[in-house]
Amino acid sequence: MSKVKYILGHFDDPDVMMSGIDQLQKSNIAIEDVFTPFPIHGIENKLGIKRSRLPIAAFCFGLLGTITAFTMVYYMLVIDWPMNIGGKPAFAFPDFIPVMFELTVLFAAYGMVFTFFYVNHLFPGRAPRVMDLRATNDRFVIAIDASLNDINSVDAVLKEAGAIEIKHNERKYISYDEE
Amino acid sequence: MSSHSESIIREPLITGKAISYSQITEDICAPVERMPSKAWWIGFSIAVAGLLLWLVAVSYTFWNGIGAWGLNKTVGWAWDITNFVWWVGIGHAGTLISAILLLFRQNWRNSINRSAEAMTIFAVICAASFIIAHMGRAWLFHWALPLPNQYGSLWVNFNSPLVWDVFAISTYFSVSLIFWYTGLLPDIATIRDRAQGLRRRIYSILSFGWNGSVKTWQRFETVSLILAGVSTPLVLSVHTIVSFDFATSVIPGWHTTIFPPYFVAGAIFSGFAMVLTLLIIARKVLGFENYITMAHIESMNKIIILTGSIVGVAYGTEFFIAWYSGVEYEQYAFINRATGPYWWAYWSMITCNVISPQLFWFKKIRTSITATWILSIFVNIGMWFERFVIIVTSLHRDYLPSSWAMFYPTWVDVSIFIGSLGLFFTLFLLFLRVLPAIAMAEVKLLLKGSSEQSKLKLIEHGHAALPEGYNGSIEVENAKN
Repeated sequence: MSKVKYILGHFDDPDVMMSGIDQLQKSNIAIEDVFTPFPIHGIENKLGIKRSRLPIAAFCFGLLGTITAFTMVYYMLVIDWPMNIGGKPAFAFPDFIPVMFELTVLFAAYGMVFTFFYVNHLFPGRAPRVMDLRATNDRFVIAIDASLNDINSVDAVLKEAGAIEIKHNERKYISYDEE
Repeated sequence: MSSHSESIIREPLITGKAISYSQITEDICAPVERMPSKAWWIGFSIAVAGLLLWLVAVSYTFWNGIGAWGLNKTVGWAWDITNFVWWVGIGHAGTLISAILLLFRQNWRNSINRSAEAMTIFAVICAASFIIAHMGRAWLFHWALPLPNQYGSLWVNFNSPLVWDVFAISTYFSVSLIFWYTGLLPDIATIRDRAQGLRRRIYSILSFGWNGSVKTWQRFETVSLILAGVSTPLVLSVHTIVSFDFATSVIPGWHTTIFPPYFVAGAIFSGFAMVLTLLIIARKVLGFENYITMAHIESMNKIIILTGSIVGVAYGTEFFIAWYSGVEYEQYAFINRATGPYWWAYWSMITCNVISPQLFWFKKIRTSITATWILSIFVNIGMWFERFVIIVTSLHRDYLPSSWAMFYPTWVDVSIFIGSLGLFFTLFLLFLRVLPAIAMAEVKLLLKGSSEQSKLKLIEHGHAALPEGYNGSIEVENAKN
């Protein structure tokens, strides 16, 4: 049994899983991670996960877009080659706004999404760190590090909490190469 | 959260009595995992024939120049820009569904947003093809971008709405694409974890290694919300800027301040019509009736009544302001639209856009699949005519009567337009084959609160009862079994 690395508690209902988390925490069992087929609202508070700072990143990237657009248009139209269009001023700020707006949105969107990909290590070809194949389908899986906890007591708590299946994995992640 | 139960009076968003999370996965993955049906092959063959026609006509245009089209000295923009604006407008429904309805927490968007966003992307590709083609010398398209060059550098004119349009359309395409793809990651991972061999390898690459952990989902939701927040003003800006192409000119009939809101409403109107045209067929062929329900169709029909009415009011306002302005040329432009040589185009527009959508006030009609589908085609046609009327009738009789002319399309004009439909449907049918057409994760989110079975359970357990005279789609008889 000492070869067991991770204990996975499978639930078929998100609400039962949520109360399962409560019971595990009451028994002082540390939860490694939870894998679900869709976002579970309120789970971050239970697991003590901090608010995402991605909105701040989005704001900064958006601001960068605004500044980039303004600098570009100002340089081109006012500094580098001012044109006399009916005697109107070269620095026609209202006309700069559409391009500034578009680049703000473009920079905010791409900057934020690529930050998200970067911090979550998402990129094409990345080997998936998946503990159970059904977690992307219909199972709500709580993963517990077996080396930090007593396996039998974890099993008992999970069963008590209504887990429909308990798995003892000898390796952390599923291998996608074995066929 | 999933423990939250929705009022039973609200129409259920997932019908069916025994839907489970795995059932949703099975149903939505089925079209991707099985061999294509005969219906798909027939549709795909027709679409590819259209695509080939498009290739021929576009190549002919590139080889011979835009003299191949029916343009003349007076009518310098015709089907090219009509088709461009029509396609961009169609794209807008996808962003409305994925962004604006997300901000308004309209849960019925969950099962239609994926295919509508795909439609947005393909429609913008079609629109962009007309912009490139109408430049004539397509190989010089980069002249529209602010790139250093050997003429000074001579920069593009940022005072011009045509340059704003380049930025608006390319930003719109880029942001829609990344919004759509980020939303696809969890669903691609679902297919990956069900697949074997080469398929698993391909979907594994496409899934970016998605694993559905708590932190991933939390950041994913943040990203979705912010993307929706920035896409909402973006989509409004895109058609506003498209309308500036006209509104900032001095052509009577174009030079009006009403254009931005009027174009945006028209865009959403035509976009929803196209969503209905596509999804009514797709839900039947792919077996998605439990997820794209009558409630979805009815909701979209209600948006069509609203936006169709806004467009109708805009037509009236334009006419009134032309009269009220006292400007002879402005007045003539509008009288000429309704009674001039293009009267048939104007009245086709009014019939299809203003009159026929009003039929949706009748519940019988807006809950009839056949009627909805036919009326959605009417709206598609009407919105094409709207752009044709705005562009061609405003140009064809200018200030100098000796240069008045008519526009007659050539075979190239017609082929590029029909061909662009082929391009669109080829892309859309390929999408249905390789990617899940409904956002599985988002639909699963609704199962415990907004599905028919969850509502039936509430009735069964005596937590709620349907009011007298209830005529929605929950079948009460089954509740007692």
